[in-house]
Amino acid sequence: MIRSGLVVSICAFFLVSFTSLQSQTTHNSGSLADTLDYPKSFGFGRPATDREIAVLDTDVRPDGKGLPAGSGKAAKGKLVYAAKCSGCHGVTGIEGPNDQLVVIKNPADPKVKARNKTIGNYWPYSTTVFDYIKRAMPFNQPGSLTDQEVYDLTAFLLHENGLIRAEEVIDAKTLPKVVMPARDFFVPDDRKDGPEVR
Amino acid sequence: MRDKKEDKSLITEKKISRRTLLGGAATAAVVLAQTASGKSFQAALTQSELLWIEDPTKVPGVPPGTLGTRSPFEKPVKAPSDISSRTPLQDLFGTITPSDLHFERNHNGVPAIDPAKYELVIHGMVKKPMVFNLADLKRFPSVSRIAFLECSGNYRGAADGKITPQQICGLTSQSEWTGVKLSTLFREVGVDPKSTWFLAEGGDAAVMTRSVPVQKGWEDAILAYAQNGEAIRPEQGYPVRLFLPGWEGNINVKWIRRIELSDQPYQTRQETSKYTEAVGGGKIRQFSFTIDARSIITYPSYPNRVEKGWIEIRGIAWSGRGKVVRVEVSTDAGKSWQPAALQDPVLDKAHTAFRYLWNWNGQPTEILSRTVDETGYTQPFLKDLLAARGGNMGYHFNPVTAWYIQGDGQVLFKAT
Repeated sequence: MIRSGLVVSICAFFLVSFTSLQSQTTHNSGSLADTLDYPKSFGFGRPATDREIAVLDTDVRPDGKGLPAGSGKAAKGKLVYAAKCSGCHGVTGIEGPNDQLVVIKNPADPKVKARNKTIGNYWPYSTTVFDYIKRAMPFNQPGSLTDQEVYDLTAFLLHENGLIRAEEVIDAKTLPKVVMPARDFFVPDDRKDGPEVR
Repeated sequence: MRDKKEDKSLITEKKISRRTLLGGAATAAVVLAQTASGKSFQAALTQSELLWIEDPTKVPGVPPGTLGTRSPFEKPVKAPSDISSRTPLQDLFGTITPSDLHFERNHNGVPAIDPAKYELVIHGMVKKPMVFNLADLKRFPSVSRIAFLECSGNYRGAADGKITPQQICGLTSQSEWTGVKLSTLFREVGVDPKSTWFLAEGGDAAVMTRSVPVQKGWEDAILAYAQNGEAIRPEQGYPVRLFLPGWEGNINVKWIRRIELSDQPYQTRQETSKYTEAVGGGKIRQFSFTIDARSIITYPSYPNRVEKGWIEIRGIAWSGRGKVVRVEVSTDAGKSWQPAALQDPVLDKAHTAFRYLWNWNGQPTEILSRTVDETGYTQPFLKDLLAARGGNMGYHFNPVTAWYIQGDGQVLFKAT
């Protein structure tokens, strides 16, 4: 008796597994109806305050939205760079050992390597420089730079890449307008479902 | 080969120690008899002592424990570099990657996040900016799906052929992911229908960000808090990660802490200076999210040495565009192709196991696999892929790979 009961429950287990597998497949295609319709709101979570959003929301868009007050200059950025960045990116932003930041203007320069993606020749948006330095650099002390330092470093790196003049001031208005030579190279994904290899 | 050698040295070690440790093992058994305490017995007998018990039917085994263990004879490991760690594809069976062998790619290490302090903020172009803690997220209707996750920078070759599946493409893994559909949260916060992109931001030391089309959020995005039946591993984004089925690994932002709805992409560093690829004509392809169809033979592979006779060729195939519908195997260097058997269940955007039974005649040859997905895409040869991309390699590189089998049975990688 006991044994046959066990067999029945094992069978039931497999039936359930099989059914849930079918549901899984159906759910993946998005057509499985839940047992009840979703309410308009579940009421879970709490409203976010403007203040707590502001603490996290440091991102900068290409149109400049998100850039803080202040401004930077290349000459001041040079000092910050020497103190906080050159250890990883090299004295002039070329030598590494980590990512090369500055484009080598003379292609005959023996330092030009195959792997030579830099801000000057590959980054399509100037605002990315500010956003990324502020959120993630320096690598060993991420998020430690002041907005002033980030503005100055941004100006320095844009200048070293030949994208702005030494005396140009970088701020929320001028940064989005810096012309990035690589912008025109970028195209959206042109691959599609189907046989074509692209 | 390598595995065999390791096993042999283990056995030698056991024989040497057995003579000296025999008394020790006997003592452990006495402890059990005297105290009748399973736990103290378990403590008395170390794993290495248990290993060389020649007849397990003559000694009581280890009593039930609080956590299962991998057999000490089995030692699959990831292959780490400074920035990533690769899944040992050649050591796995079936299609689910054990969670501790899931590949990793981090941008400034794995953060330590206290789940009690975890919060996800959703704001921007929404009616109600909201904060959800982990318990909140778990209260919402849940969803599970089995799907692969692959880094788009997942192809390596080697001129000397001495390269394993793990080294070639070990930045792909598969799990059952469980979480809340992002669309559920989109409804909860009232996403503005005019929003087209959202920023996903991680709470790691890179505060990593990617822009994601809102459409994907409505379609099938998951905020996953579980992986293979338990809380997601720290390396995979504990306590919560974004999971976008079929899309390149990097955009599946781990340790997600913030989502901001917008009407344009943010052009973050990851989606501009990284994870973009030269495709010829001076063009750089951007926002190339979907993983193209791919396969790899995981057995036989380097460093195996095979013997003449029956060989079950095994591997995995997958596509970010849907289901795998066919895997073809060639055992004559691509002159002819035969369909491989696909192991059920074949799931959407998931690693699919294939196998092909082959009787090797001992002559040198090449074996290859290629996959066809439900959109009709056939995995290309390397030369065709290079031709389509102006001679460039880079992200989203999914060529057919060959294994050259020498007359002596040694298996070596060969590019196609």
